[in-house]
Amino acid sequence: MSAAVAPALVVTASPHVRSQDSTPRIMWNVAATLVPIIVAATWFFGVSSLLVIAAATAGALATERAFGRGGTLADGSAAITGMLLGLTLPAGLSLWMAALGGAFGIGFGKVVWGGLGQNVFNPALLGRAFLQAAFPVAITTWPTVGGRFWTLKGDLFALPFTHPLPDAITSATPLGLLKFEGKGTAIEQLILGNTSGSLGETAALVILAGGIYLAWRGYLNWRIPAAVLLTVIVFSAIVHAVDAHRPDPLFMLFSGGLMLGTVYMATDPVTSPVTNRGRWVFGAGVGVLVVVIRIWGGLPEGVMYAILFMNALVPFINRATQPRLFGTRLGGAT
Amino acid sequence: MSNLAWIFVSTLLVNNFTLVMFLGLCSFFGVTAKIETAWRLGLANTFVLLLTAIFAWLLNTFVLGAAPYLRIVAFIVVIASAVQFVEMAVRKYLPVLFRQLGIYLPLITTNCAILGLALFQTSRHYTLIEGLVFAIGAGLGLTLALSLMASIRERIEVADVPRIARRMGLVLVIASSLSMAFMGFAGMGSAP
Repeated sequence: MSAAVAPALVVTASPHVRSQDSTPRIMWNVAATLVPIIVAATWFFGVSSLLVIAAATAGALATERAFGRGGTLADGSAAITGMLLGLTLPAGLSLWMAALGGAFGIGFGKVVWGGLGQNVFNPALLGRAFLQAAFPVAITTWPTVGGRFWTLKGDLFALPFTHPLPDAITSATPLGLLKFEGKGTAIEQLILGNTSGSLGETAALVILAGGIYLAWRGYLNWRIPAAVLLTVIVFSAIVHAVDAHRPDPLFMLFSGGLMLGTVYMATDPVTSPVTNRGRWVFGAGVGVLVVVIRIWGGLPEGVMYAILFMNALVPFINRATQPRLFGTRLGGAT
Repeated sequence: MSNLAWIFVSTLLVNNFTLVMFLGLCSFFGVTAKIETAWRLGLANTFVLLLTAIFAWLLNTFVLGAAPYLRIVAFIVVIASAVQFVEMAVRKYLPVLFRQLGIYLPLITTNCAILGLALFQTSRHYTLIEGLVFAIGAGLGLTLALSLMASIRERIEVADVPRIARRMGLVLVIASSLSMAFMGFAGMGSAP
């Protein structure tokens, strides 16, 4: 019997029509759209940003390799987690902290839960929240944009648990300026990304372009970003109309990590709801929490916590928005 | 009025008893395997909290002024009686829930969140109305934390968790993740 003979009749279970998309393919596509954002970050912050992102990615990959199931490195999700985490960090963060964040995100955000598809919280954001809790000063030391390409933006190569030397020019982020000093920032600067902040906070246009590409390919669900951005616009417009001292919607939209978080983190298919109605609810919840934390909270930026909080609510949202089984009666009675 | 609203939001989210102040953790880990049990225990807790708030206020106002050193003893007696009352009511009207909760129902007595409420209420000099709002906020905060934990645990029930993290390991990771998510509310209300 030779195995090369094609059977005359193929009997298989459904589905019969399959798309070419697989998890690795989607993941590497997403990773490819992160490259322009990394390039933009390097343009603004120099070689430091490449080092920080590389360190975070290395931490994530090493942890996935060491503790994950075999062969999960190639699906690209650990690489995306590392790159996204790197993009949420300031350019001057010591490299060991970035690597530790990546390791925490993958280890406690994904591997412990049983690997890809099982985690409830976004691993990159969990790593970021861990770093924020562990090194609150280092992670809010924002180097200024510009300067020479090869100039390091901080004590990147500090040894673990030593005190990094503050040898970079730093300045507050637009949100920090507004919250603690009451100063605004020009909107052109915000859109172009010529402000201090996390690596991936600055290039709003590049992130939007990547998001539109991914939505067009069907790799992210457009309902979530649409719900987040619409909610932020409407809610902050109301707040701005009531009290003119509050930031206007455009500022809210283009400052901080809103674009990166909305396009790449809130839409994580593992940690967002599975129903379309649920996605609208989820996005609206993120939008409301972002505005609430930014305006009334103690922290200048709240995108990370807003998404993590809504991640926790996803099992609830899924339960509450379960579609009706075809043929059953409205109201739950059978 | 805004003061009352602030007390409510503060105890519900910003200073959530379970996830921010780490009070009442034993039932948080013990009874959160199923969501139906979890939120009902939360409501039972809320009821005990309400009774405690009323009696703590009565004791503080009319009795304990002369003997403040009896405060903790008096509060524990009040809490224990309130729990007895709840236990009788649940056994009579919700026998299924009574069996599901098992030991955790009488253990509400030793839930530090409840003694914590009485002591906070005393040290912050809340009036009766403020104390009631405080108790409702704390109780709903407990219910929220218990339900969130239970819904996540139900979701990962079929997950292929590594052996080292089975049972309590992953539950502790979930608790810390939830706690980190609640850090976003830190400092709310203190901003200009």
